[in-house]
Amino acid sequence: MLTKRIIPCLDIKESRVVKGVKFLGLKDAGDPVEVAKIYDRQQADELVFLDITASFENRKTLIGLVEEIAQNIYMPFTVGGGIRDLEDIRDLLNAGADKVSINTAAVKFPGLISDASRKFGSQCIVVAIDAKKVTSHPKTTLGASKPEITSWQVYINGGRTPTGLDAIDWAKKAAGSGAGEILLTSMDYDGTKDGYDLLLTKSIAGAVTIPIIASGGAGKPEHFYDVFTQAGADAGLAASIFHYQELSVRQVKEYLLQKGVAVRL
Amino acid sequence: MIAIVDYGMGNIHSVRKAIESMGARTLVAFGPSDIEACDKVVLPGVGAFDDAMEELEKKGLAAALAGHIKARKIFLGICLGMQLLFEGSQEAKIKKGLSFLKGSVKKFETAGRIKVPHMGWNQLEKVTRECPLMKDVEDNSFVYFCHSYYADPVDKSITAASTDYGIDFTSVIWQDNIYGVQFHPEKSQEAGLKILKNFVNL
Repeated sequence: MLTKRIIPCLDIKESRVVKGVKFLGLKDAGDPVEVAKIYDRQQADELVFLDITASFENRKTLIGLVEEIAQNIYMPFTVGGGIRDLEDIRDLLNAGADKVSINTAAVKFPGLISDASRKFGSQCIVVAIDAKKVTSHPKTTLGASKPEITSWQVYINGGRTPTGLDAIDWAKKAAGSGAGEILLTSMDYDGTKDGYDLLLTKSIAGAVTIPIIASGGAGKPEHFYDVFTQAGADAGLAASIFHYQELSVRQVKEYLLQKGVAVRL
Repeated sequence: MIAIVDYGMGNIHSVRKAIESMGARTLVAFGPSDIEACDKVVLPGVGAFDDAMEELEKKGLAAALAGHIKARKIFLGICLGMQLLFEGSQEAKIKKGLSFLKGSVKKFETAGRIKVPHMGWNQLEKVTRECPLMKDVEDNSFVYFCHSYYADPVDKSITAASTDYGIDFTSVIWQDNIYGVQFHPEKSQEAGLKILKNFVNL
């Protein structure tokens, strides 16, 4: 049986692992190579490595660091940050990445996902979506309130730039263009440790047939259980709880297994 | 010496690094002479079937691989490298496969509420005990998959392990000197490294 995946995420800035709250206030959380090795030993199912400032500062991802991490682990590895074109993707795959995560460029250059998935295969093209909740309160003509409507807007450039795109529409379009997976981050829940945004995750998971990695808000093992059993996520990503050793990957998996969720242990 | 074929279809370094960690010597093969120089060949690969075949043909590698197999030397295909062994693929619009094995490559149907690509850790079942590549690899071992297509051999007896994903599909093939794995042993920690060690020891 295919198991649910637990994925530690290494947000990288200036060659260090960092973690912020709601995309701001970054704190140092260690040397990426050492952190990657720890997760390899803990039997994490995958690693995600995001060079979080690359896109904004128009830098290319730190290929050398990717090479070094890949040299030290025997597990699948996704890299994102600053990817603009097919050349960038090829460089990262050649440096040791198994998949690439594309965020800003996927929005800016509409042909990139389809070109990349045709060239390298859907299975290595992850589209990362940073989504923020929008609540609208439609009024009837008589001024009475209708029930509020929740939707999510897509942000790019590391959460700095709103795009006007609806997250569900964008996810469908990305999947239709050949994305192999969606890395879905709730900007509202990111770093809060209050749990994943179940409604957002469920809405996106229900709209596409490719796997969804839920991200943003994991604080305890129950949160992984909820996002797997209630929201249809295929993988749960977390950074801060793992980096600061509040919880190990193994503890999360043991909890899930005991609750009847299929995980690899 | 083990040749690892580099035909521009994704990262070959992980496979190379994993095999070298078993103490084996490797050579990155760009052309036919590299393949001729080696007694074992690994064909890795991610990406599209047509592009892969085009590269293999353009570089003269397809013919060299045929020669390698005909000389009864050991061959291991990984992921797309396994699929290319067959006659064709639903993914392919133009190209035929290497056709060393009878059968075709099919796409997973999403209708059964499975998600495609099949991505993540799944188990090896009904492992053929006699298969030297699978020595000491237990049933239900976890390995890492990342694919949308799977090989469907005509001769079911060449299936050396299967995996359940909506259907039971062939995750390991073995016919004489030809081996293929649909998963990524180089990314599959314990079980994967065991399989690569078996390959090195063949």
